[in-house]
Amino acid sequence: MADAITSTDYIKHHLTNLTYGNHPENGWSFAHTAQEAKEMGFWAFHVDSLAWSLVLGLIFLFIFRRAAKKATSGVPSGMQNFVEWIVDFIDDSVRGSFSGKNPWVAPIALTIFAWIFLMNLMDLVAIDWLPMLAQWVGGTFLGMDPHHVYFKVVPTTDPNITFGLAIAVFLMMLYYSIKMKGIGGFTGELTLHPFSAKNPLLQAIFIPINFLLEFVSLISKPVSLALRLFGNMYAGETIFILIALMYGAGIGFGIFGGVLQLGWAIFHILIITLQAFIFMTLTIVYLDMAHQTSDH
Amino acid sequence: MNINATLIGQSIAFILFVWFTKKYVWSFLMAAMEERKQKIADGLAAAERGKHEQELAEKRAAEVIAEAKTQAQGIISKAEKRASEIVEEAKGNARTEGERLLAAANAEIEQEVNRAKEDLRGQVVSLAVAGAGRVLKKELDSKAHNDMLKDLVSQI
Repeated sequence: MADAITSTDYIKHHLTNLTYGNHPENGWSFAHTAQEAKEMGFWAFHVDSLAWSLVLGLIFLFIFRRAAKKATSGVPSGMQNFVEWIVDFIDDSVRGSFSGKNPWVAPIALTIFAWIFLMNLMDLVAIDWLPMLAQWVGGTFLGMDPHHVYFKVVPTTDPNITFGLAIAVFLMMLYYSIKMKGIGGFTGELTLHPFSAKNPLLQAIFIPINFLLEFVSLISKPVSLALRLFGNMYAGETIFILIALMYGAGIGFGIFGGVLQLGWAIFHILIITLQAFIFMTLTIVYLDMAHQTSDH
Repeated sequence: MNINATLIGQSIAFILFVWFTKKYVWSFLMAAMEERKQKIADGLAAAERGKHEQELAEKRAAEVIAEAKTQAQGIISKAEKRASEIVEEAKGNARTEGERLLAAANAEIEQEVNRAKEDLRGQVVSLAVAGAGRVLKKELDSKAHNDMLKDLVSQI
């Protein structure tokens, strides 16, 4: 950000991902502008989101794996205690919301909660630090134009990440629905409710209506999961960016901005935990619905 | 903000992470926690049992102490009885011994008296013979008179 840039540029810069993909003209490369990123189409990767989400996920796995390796039934040490506290909390949530028996649900819930929490947590890192570091690294070592090194550090503000999670959850829902109810049972669930009739002709009319209703409600589950998380985090990130803009508008605005940022960050601690928890709880509930066979 | 292949990568990563968590994290932690729960439950049960046993032991101790007290009481009274018996016996022994000694002494005294009487008798005989000899101033047939005198002496 050496030369004067406008607020619009600053915001746009912060909201653009570092994209690597196959550009029609430049071939496989990093996109220099948002326009180029768009032109790359579907087969492109947001390197920053993906890298941060993988790193954070690996941090989660590393911490929990270490605790699991050293886990004893004796007096737990500090880290093990912390990990066990989370595991116990997840276990309680799963027991509370999930009525079936499936050893996979609790690990799914734990992964979702811890991973999303860590990804959301990146929102609390001062918003310019990591992007500027990336610009410096990119400009100095990789010979890139610093202006075009986009770097978003909060993976959950990228809809690809939230949709990626939601789609995986959706696939699990489909898998368990078919596994528990059979293909017939599952289609029956989609077509024979909420309207049903004794008269075959009437029933035939109801089937498409039912299917429409049930299909929308089925599809709305992953979509709402993904958009809720994305919307909350994206809005939070945007507010951080807007607050950060105040630092450039004189001392008075700067101090005011500092107070706002502190307040928003403290409030955000609640939001990031809550969003991780909601995503996890809804996943458990959806999987529970997928397991229920005979309550209709 | 474009939807692109990132979401596929994220989905794959998510499924791999879930698999890892299930295989290498969750079961270990749950096993440890379950085991600890069991240990704590066992410990509490053992503590409860220990308490119960202590109560029993205290009760038994009290019983043993009470029994010991009554036994001690019995032993003491028996000992006292025995002591008074011994004293009585000793008194009886002493009495009979005293009587025996008294009798022995009496017998000895009597013996001494008899011996003195015998001596005295002998001396009286010789005195009488000497006295008679002097009175008669005559030689007497000592053999004939001796028998007579002896007979006389035995009558003293």
